[in-house]
Amino acid sequence: MEAPPRRPAINFFDLLTEEIILIILDHLRDPLARKSFSQVCKSFYSLESDHRKFIKPRILNFLPNVLRRFPSISQINFSLCPRVEDDTLSSISLAWNSSLETIDLSRSKFFTQKGLSSLATNCSSLLEINLSNRTTLTDSSLKAIGEAKNLERLWLTKCKSITDVGIGCLAVNCRKLKSICLRWCLRVTDYGVGLIAAKCKEIRSLDLSYLLITEKSLSAIFELEHLEALVLEHCHRLDDDGLVSFKKSCQSLKVLNLSHCQSITHIGLSALTNGAQNLEKIILSYSLSFTSDLAECLNDSPRLQSVNLDGIMVRCSGIRAIGNWHSSLKELSLSKCRLMSDECLSFTVQAHKELRKLDITFCRNITYASVDYITRSCPMLTSLRMESCTLVSRDAFLLIGRCQFLVEIDVADTDIDDEGLESIARCSKLCFLRLGMCLNVTDKGLSYIGSSCSKLTALDLYRLSEITDLGISSIADGCPSLEVINIAYNPNVTDNSLLSLSKCLKLRILEIRGCSCISSRGLSNIAVRCRQLTLLDIKRCNNVNDEGMIQLAQHSQKLNQIKLSCCSVTDVGLLALASMSCLNHISIYRLNKLTSYGLAAFLMSCQSLITVKLSTFFKSLLPEHIQESMEARGCVLVWREKESQAPFRRLNRWE
Amino acid sequence: MPPQNHQVQAKASPNSPSLPDFIMQHSNQQRCEDPSMSDYGIRMETLFKECNQACGTKSLLPCGSNDGIKIPNQENCQMGDTSQTGKLQDWDPSIMLENLSFLEDKIHQIRGLLHLIANKKGQQLGQPDEIITQEKQLITANLTSIIVQLISTAGSLLPSVKLAASNTSPSVGQHGQIPGITFPSGLGPSSSSIQPQHDIRDKISDQSNQIDLTNMCEMEQNHMEEHELKDEEDGDEGENLPPGSFEILQLEKEEILAPHTHFCTICGKGFKRDANLRMHMRGHGDEYKTPEALAKPNKESESEPKLIKRYSCPYPGCKRNKDHKKFQPLKTILCVKNHYKRTHCDKSYICSRCHTKKFSVMADLKTHEKHCGKDKWLCSCGTTFSRKDKLFGHIALFQGHTPAIPLDESKAPVGQADMEITENNNNNNNNKGGSINLSFGSNASSCENGIQNMMNVKGITDDPISYLSSLNFETCNFGEFNDFPRPPFEDTTKGSFPFLMSESFNYSPKCGGESCPNNLL
Repeated sequence: MEAPPRRPAINFFDLLTEEIILIILDHLRDPLARKSFSQVCKSFYSLESDHRKFIKPRILNFLPNVLRRFPSISQINFSLCPRVEDDTLSSISLAWNSSLETIDLSRSKFFTQKGLSSLATNCSSLLEINLSNRTTLTDSSLKAIGEAKNLERLWLTKCKSITDVGIGCLAVNCRKLKSICLRWCLRVTDYGVGLIAAKCKEIRSLDLSYLLITEKSLSAIFELEHLEALVLEHCHRLDDDGLVSFKKSCQSLKVLNLSHCQSITHIGLSALTNGAQNLEKIILSYSLSFTSDLAECLNDSPRLQSVNLDGIMVRCSGIRAIGNWHSSLKELSLSKCRLMSDECLSFTVQAHKELRKLDITFCRNITYASVDYITRSCPMLTSLRMESCTLVSRDAFLLIGRCQFLVEIDVADTDIDDEGLESIARCSKLCFLRLGMCLNVTDKGLSYIGSSCSKLTALDLYRLSEITDLGISSIADGCPSLEVINIAYNPNVTDNSLLSLSKCLKLRILEIRGCSCISSRGLSNIAVRCRQLTLLDIKRCNNVNDEGMIQLAQHSQKLNQIKLSCCSVTDVGLLALASMSCLNHISIYRLNKLTSYGLAAFLMSCQSLITVKLSTFFKSLLPEHIQESMEARGCVLVWREKESQAPFRRLNRWE
Repeated sequence: MPPQNHQVQAKASPNSPSLPDFIMQHSNQQRCEDPSMSDYGIRMETLFKECNQACGTKSLLPCGSNDGIKIPNQENCQMGDTSQTGKLQDWDPSIMLENLSFLEDKIHQIRGLLHLIANKKGQQLGQPDEIITQEKQLITANLTSIIVQLISTAGSLLPSVKLAASNTSPSVGQHGQIPGITFPSGLGPSSSSIQPQHDIRDKISDQSNQIDLTNMCEMEQNHMEEHELKDEEDGDEGENLPPGSFEILQLEKEEILAPHTHFCTICGKGFKRDANLRMHMRGHGDEYKTPEALAKPNKESESEPKLIKRYSCPYPGCKRNKDHKKFQPLKTILCVKNHYKRTHCDKSYICSRCHTKKFSVMADLKTHEKHCGKDKWLCSCGTTFSRKDKLFGHIALFQGHTPAIPLDESKAPVGQADMEITENNNNNNNNKGGSINLSFGSNASSCENGIQNMMNVKGITDDPISYLSSLNFETCNFGEFNDFPRPPFEDTTKGSFPFLMSESFNYSPKCGGESCPNNLL
């Protein structure tokens, strides 16, 4: 008996409402997956097109199609388009006039005040503009932006040409501004900043780093009712004498960054923090010495959770005073506090048992005792960074296993050995591990990690001379979600390692610099299987040749950055790479077999290039018009005379 | 205060066996407080001059500021106590160390206290007044103690000074503390000499003319430093002298507008300054070259007391006219001149750049011309500003006004910045030049000689302190200029010193050489 012929198969998706399908669509994070979705059928195609909110264009040639296809884009990111012209901006502003909210032009050049003006006038719902790095941005551009009355967030980092006048126009017109970054806008002074504070009462976040502002504008800033984050890095004009006059700080302030403000001592700080009841995070790195007086200033901030004292001259009394604070710290960063002693550190960590993140990088005086106290007092620790704590003995690393919630461990440049790694392996949630230059680590240690840390996503094995393919394969087998791995300068690592690493399908960043045993064969394995690869560093891999490049060009469609200095790649390999649509950054120093013709052909054909680093040798050989056309595209050619191998520097590698 | 002074008196009484010590101590302390003099003879004279001057011209310190005197007196008492024990007889490093560490402790203590108070204020705003006053008192007491200790320590730091002082006659050592001893003019070293001192203060506030000069002198000495500190606050608006507490002078219009106020009796040539006239007179014969003829005529005899003088504008109905209901007197003769010209005269000076702005005072024109045509700062409403801060103040004040962007945007800002810098430089230069000129004009020519002569004649060339202190003394002159409403450099642009008006208004500028007129030639 034959079953009755069924009706043509029901499309189950017809039963689902559009909303549900869109929710499903929202869960597809990967652009390629979304692309597949849209290719299923016409209805999916139109659904996806209508629903698309975000685009990050690579090549603007297809923009007219894009404008037609996606009617409701709200976010656009031009960081892959070095050349964005006024016409582009105005066509965008007309097409998406009601939907566009966010635009990122931080990496783009060539647009002017005209384009910005059309953008600001037409897109009434524009909330966020990023104009960083436009050093030529003028005051009139800012005036044009002033037309975007609903603007809430604006980034102007390194816009060195803008002055108080432009800022004044902006402040008067954009009354809804919540966040503004004026970092490196060196010509903006107290007047401009004061006007922002006077006119934009909604400000939540303010970055005034490197500005030559004084307490005059700061007093206006502290009148802001909603200010939450204030960044004052490198504001050298701020000093105690001026700050001391402040009666009260901003009550809503949550984050205060005074890094590199070397004229502010405890007197100024107490003025700045006086009454800041909601202060949660304070960054005092690279400022004056941390004394008990300074610690006293922060004693009254009940919600303080995070303190950053990097590179600061700590006084024992000051660190001990941290131990006496009322608030319970969650994050403490003491990196490069070279005078930090065991005693101080122990005292502090004992008082703050809730500590989640601790950074004691380069605290070269601490020993076993500190690690003992840290691991005993702070069981909740999730991040421990102790790079270059060279006096910490091997035994101390056995204690790290006590903190089982650790997600991030940095023990680079220490004496950790395989037993230490066995202890670390008990942290089953470990995602981030740095073991660079830990010369005592061998394959055995790596096998412990591979067997139990299945969630590991980033691993640094820089210059571990002992490890071989065995260790790498145990990692590759045990950590399938590995995304970042650095195995640079490991002479015993061969193609077999890459073969095993190709099992990690999520691999994004692979650094195999200086591994002379690796050849194109190994690289091909990676290229074929690790489709997510975006950054590849194969500098000094002498055995990698054109074959590897051809494989990469064929398979690694996402490759964004490649460093192939000192390889055996020739014109052929380079031209193969030119076909990659995503390749933005390439460094090709010291490619002996490269000719100027090959280079010229590559430069002209690879349309997506943004930065090319190459040796000055080619500068005279490359025709002028090619260089000019590269510039016109917005691509930067970085000419440099690369000298031969820099000597191995153990201490300065991470500094 | 009176009991303390009595204490001093008791100690200083001639019967006390420790008197010589005490006197020596006091002379040392005198050194510390006012190290200007090694030769007390000169010192007395100069002080007299200064006192006269101060009595006559200064009104900065109202009589209510007697508090300022308290501290020095207390110091005197305390130091009297220490001298009683004879501790400071010799230079002793260990004692100095002790003193220094004491100071250190005190400063630390007071800093902590201030921190505490500052923090408290941040936390609780509504504090009862008593607590605040208590805190104030506590801090004042601490500060006073620090100052006292500082002075006594500083005294012991200078052993050579002490030696020199102890060599001088003990009878002159006590100037400023016990007037009776100091001045040969009379009052004995009895407690009665203290009493008048207090009466005087009362008298001053009662605006009595009967002021004992010697005592005034003492007061003024104590006030000298404060006079100098109060330089910029000379605006006559905030003076608040009680009506009747000063003498009102009113010049006639012609007098005010007269270009010259000093005329040569022989040839009739007019001068703005008395000193210039005297210099001019030398050309008329040798009899005008004597020190007496060249000396500044001092109409005001030293015995006559001086009353604070204020000026009234002769223009009827003017607020500065004494008949006005809310009369606000003018402070100096220069104020009168400028006020009258600005308010009641035609504005005859026209700016040569903009041809619109007019001024009646040349200095105003000069000030304007400096900035004329530099109205770079433009608002969207069309208003222009010469200064950036004014523009931004304007924008902050009004809704919807924005700074206008100059047309040649790319170039303008650079130019502006440069301009500002050069402008500042100019100002600085002017300032410097002005003050240098000033010092030369007012006293340098005569006083340098004076100092040198004084040093040679009196044989104190080997004492650097006296030299320095003479200079210090000269710088006191600058304190006076601050009474004038215009900054000095603007007057120098005119090439004259109209503020050094004549003695005909009882305004006698000091001249350094005057303290030893015999040495001038």
